[in-house]
Amino acid sequence: MPTAVNSATYAAVPIGTVPTTLTINGETRTRAIEPWTTLLDLLREGEDLIGTKKGCDHGQCGACTVLVDGRRINSCLKLAVTLDGAEITTIEGLGQPGDLHPLQSAFCDHDAFQCGYCTPGQICSAQGLINEGKAKTREEVRELMSGNLCRCGAYSNIIDAVLDVIGEQA
Amino acid sequence: MATAAKIGIGSAINRVDGVEKVTGTARYAAEHPVENLLYGYIVEAAIAKGRIVSIDEEAARAVPGVIEVITHLNRPHVAWTDHSYQDELKIPGSPFRPLYDDRIQFSQQPIALVMAETFEAARYAASVVEVAYAAEAHNTDFEVAVGDKYVPKKKRSGYTAPKNRGDAAQAFADAPLKAAGDYRLAPEHHNPMEMFGSTVEWHGDGSITVWDKTQGSQGVHAYLASVFGFSKKKVRVLNPYVGGAFGSGLRPQHQVFLAVLAAKKLERSVRVTMIRNQMFSHAYRPQAIQSIALGAETTGKLTAIRNAATTSTSRYEDNMENVVTWGLMNYDCPNADAEYTVAQVDTATSADMRAPGAATGMTLFEMAIDEMAYEAKVDPLEFRLVNYSPIDAMNGTPYTSKALREAFREGAEAFGWSERSAEPRSMRDGKELVGWGCATGMWDAQFSKTSASAKLTANGHLEVACATSDIGTGSYTVMTLVAAETLGLPPEQITAKLGDSDLPTAPVEGGSWGAASTGAAVQLACQAVGKKLLKAAGEIAGAPLGDAKMDDVLFEDGCIVLKDTPTVRVPFGDAMHAADLTEIEEEETAAPGFGDMWKGLHKSKNTHSAIFAEVKVDEELGVVRVTRIVDAVAAGRIINPKTARSQILGGVVMGVGMALHEETFPDHRLGRWMNHNFGEYHVPVHADIHDIQVIFVDEPDPEVTPLGVKGLGEIGIVGTAAAIANAIFHATGKRVRSLPITIDKILD
Ligand code: FES
Ligand code: FES
Repeated sequence: MPTAVNSATYAAVPIGTVPTTLTINGETRTRAIEPWTTLLDLLREGEDLIGTKKGCDHGQCGACTVLVDGRRINSCLKLAVTLDGAEITTIEGLGQPGDLHPLQSAFCDHDAFQCGYCTPGQICSAQGLINEGKAKTREEVRELMSGNLCRCGAYSNIIDAVLDVIGEQA
Repeated sequence: MATAAKIGIGSAINRVDGVEKVTGTARYAAEHPVENLLYGYIVEAAIAKGRIVSIDEEAARAVPGVIEVITHLNRPHVAWTDHSYQDELKIPGSPFRPLYDDRIQFSQQPIALVMAETFEAARYAASVVEVAYAAEAHNTDFEVAVGDKYVPKKKRSGYTAPKNRGDAAQAFADAPLKAAGDYRLAPEHHNPMEMFGSTVEWHGDGSITVWDKTQGSQGVHAYLASVFGFSKKKVRVLNPYVGGAFGSGLRPQHQVFLAVLAAKKLERSVRVTMIRNQMFSHAYRPQAIQSIALGAETTGKLTAIRNAATTSTSRYEDNMENVVTWGLMNYDCPNADAEYTVAQVDTATSADMRAPGAATGMTLFEMAIDEMAYEAKVDPLEFRLVNYSPIDAMNGTPYTSKALREAFREGAEAFGWSERSAEPRSMRDGKELVGWGCATGMWDAQFSKTSASAKLTANGHLEVACATSDIGTGSYTVMTLVAAETLGLPPEQITAKLGDSDLPTAPVEGGSWGAASTGAAVQLACQAVGKKLLKAAGEIAGAPLGDAKMDDVLFEDGCIVLKDTPTVRVPFGDAMHAADLTEIEEEETAAPGFGDMWKGLHKSKNTHSAIFAEVKVDEELGVVRVTRIVDAVAAGRIINPKTARSQILGGVVMGVGMALHEETFPDHRLGRWMNHNFGEYHVPVHADIHDIQVIFVDEPDPEVTPLGVKGLGEIGIVGTAAAIANAIFHATGKRVRSLPITIDKILD
C-alpha cells in the first residue's frame, strides 16, 4: 500500500495538471498531465498504448520498458511530467504487424516468449541494449538483459533472438 | 511449382499469435478499451485473523475523483451458500467470499474496494481508508501447524490416495542399507508477469462483458452467474490473451468478483487490477514436509519405500495434492507405504501451481533416491535403472507407454554422464566446484471432455473454435496445426478462436490436458467438416470421386483427393459450389474413451522425463550457477516441436527457481508474507539461465489420447530441482534437504 499522506493536506492542494509535450512514436502531443501520473499509466490508460506492460509498478520487472531519447527506462518509475520535450518510443513505434522490427521477427522465429506479457519490454530493452553498444557476447547480453523478467522462462530463446539481431548489425 | 511441404502435426511453426505479442497488439484482461471506465483499487486486511470493527471511509471519499468505497456493509446482494461459490476445482470446504462479512481469514484479504475516475485517485484513496480490527490469535507457522495434521474426510476431485504394498516398516527395519530424512519445500507464489485484472463492460441492459485474467472463461462465467444471480445469457467472459498463470488462474480470483460487484453497484463499466504485492494475497504452492525412508540391498535394489507428506492449506478449505504417489508408482520395490496429510495455517488457501503435487513430491523423493544411491555406492543413474519399473508399481497396471529408459539413455549421452567421477567434490573448474546430478520427472497424461467447432467458408478459409485458453501454452498454434493436418489447409488459411465463454465447451486450461483434449476436439470437428465436403462433392456432375468413403480420400492443399488415384482432386470450393453451400460448420465433442483410448482404459497414463544438471559452486561464497541442463522428455506425440520445447524450457526455468531462489517468507507475528514483491521474491532472471537442452524421446502411444499427445505444461518442472540439488551435493558433499537451496544453507 502506498504511504499515506495526510488526507486534509491532499484535499487542500488544488488538483493541477501540468501541460507536457511528448513525442510518442514520432507523434508530438501536448497533454495536461497530473503530476503523479507515471509514464506507464499515461501510455496505457491515457494513450491506449497498451503494448507497454505493467508487471510490478515498482521498477522490479522490466515489463514497462520503453525508450526515452533512445535509452531504455522503466516507465513505471518515471513521472510523465518530467519528460517534457522527450522522444518516447514504445513497442508500437518499433514495428507493427506487417512491418516488423528485426527484433520482433527474431523473437517470433526463436519463439522467444510464451504468454507474451514480458515481450514488449524485452524487445524495447534489447533495442536499448543495442543502442548502448556494450553487449556483444551471450554472457554480456544475459547480464545486461537481467532487468527484464520472464516468468514463462523464455530466457534462452530471448538471448538467441537478441544475439541474432546483434550479429546482423555487427 | 513444387508443393510446399505439408504443415500439420509435428511441424515446428512459429506461434500463430506471435505477431500480436511482439507488436504489443495482443490485449490482455486490463487492456480492453471501454468507454467511461471507473478504476478500482483493493484495500487489504492488515491482520491475519479476526473481525473488522469499523471502516472509516471519510478521507477516502473526500479524495477528488473517488466515486464509491465498497465494503461488506454496502455491497450489493450476493449468494450466501458455499455451493454458489464452488468453482470447477471443487476444493472441499467453504470457498472465500470477498467483502461478504466482517470476518478476516487471512492477511491481505480484500476488505474494501475504492472506485474512482482514475487509477491514481483510487490508489491514493485506498491508502487513507482507516480500518479498526479486533484481532484474534493466528498461526502461519507451518512447522507448528503440522502438529495438527490430518487426513481430510472429503477428498478433492482428482486426488488419488496412495496404495501400500508389502510391509514397508519391517522391510525398512531389516534393510542392510538405509537413507531417511525430512525434506522440505518452501511456499512459492506463481507470480505470472501479468497481474490479475478484470475489465467489466456494463451494457446497461442487465448484461455484462468481462475480460478476465483466468485459465477458464467458462469457469468464471459459471461462477459469476451463480454468485451474482445473472442469467447465463447475460454474462460473457473473454480471455483471448493471458499473461501467464501457472495454476493461479484455475479458480476465479477475487478481482473479477470485485469488478463485477462494483459494476453492479454503480451500474458502470469498471476495471480492477491487483498490484504486485496483492499477487501474494491468494494462490500459492503449499509449503511441504516430506519424510522419506528408503531401504535397499547392498546391490542397490530397493526393498522399502516409506513416504509421508504434509502440505499446507487454509482454515476454510482442504486443498489436497497428489504428493506421495509418484515414488511408489515409479520404482520397483516390494514394500512401500505412504501417507498424505494436510495442516492448516491462517493464509489464503494454497493452490495448484505448475505440476501440483508432483513438483513437490516427486522432486523431494528424487532427492532421497540420490541419497540412497550414494549409500549403496551405485551411480545415481544406474540406481534408477536397477530399480526401474516398466509398469506402474503402485497400481500394478501397465502404462500405455513409458519411454523413460530411452529418456535416460538419450539424456545421459547428450549430457556426457559417463564422464562423471563418482566422488563428491571430485570435479572442479578453477575456483568453482563442479557437480553433476540427475533425477526423474513424472506427470499425468490427462484428457478432459472438450468440444470444438470448425467452419469452412467457400473461399477456403477455416475457423476452428473452442472455449479453451492459451496462457502461453500455444493453444492457438496447436488448434491451427491439428486443423491443418486434418483438412490439409495451410495455417495461413486457418483462424483459431479461443478464450471466450460463448465458444464450444472446454474445461479450465491446466494439468497438461489442453493440447490432447482440445486437439482431439478440433480434429473431430474438422473430420465432420470433411465428411460434409465429401458428401457435397457427390453433387458434382459426373461424380469424379465416385462413391468414395472417408477412408478412401485424403484432404490436401484444399482438395479432396482419392487415395488410390491422387490425380483425382476436387477443390473444396467446387464441392461446396455443387451442393450450393456457402459454408460448412460442425461442432463435435471429444470425450474420454473414444478412438483407441478404450484400450488404455485400465492402464496408467503418464509422462516421464530424465533430467541431468550441472552446477558450479563458488566454494567461498556459496553461489550456485546452473550451467547446464539436459531434459529428455517422453511425452507421446509432439504437435509443435518449437512451442513444445519452449514449454519444457519454461518448466525447467521454474525448476531452477524452485531449486535456488523461490521462497515466500511469512512474518509469523503479523501472519503476513514479508517479501511480496519481485525485488525480494526471487525468480530466475536472464543471468541465471545458461545452457538448457530439451530432447523429446520418441514415444508413439495411440492409447493414451486420440492424437497420442500426453501434454507438456507440467513435466518440465518435475524433478528439475532434484537434479540440481543432487548436483549441488555432488559438487560440495553437502546434503541440503530443503528447497530452495540458498547460499546460507550451503555455507552453513
Ligand atoms: S512495471 Fe515497471 S519495472 Fe515492473
Ligand atoms: S513470455 Fe510470459 S513472461 Fe515472458
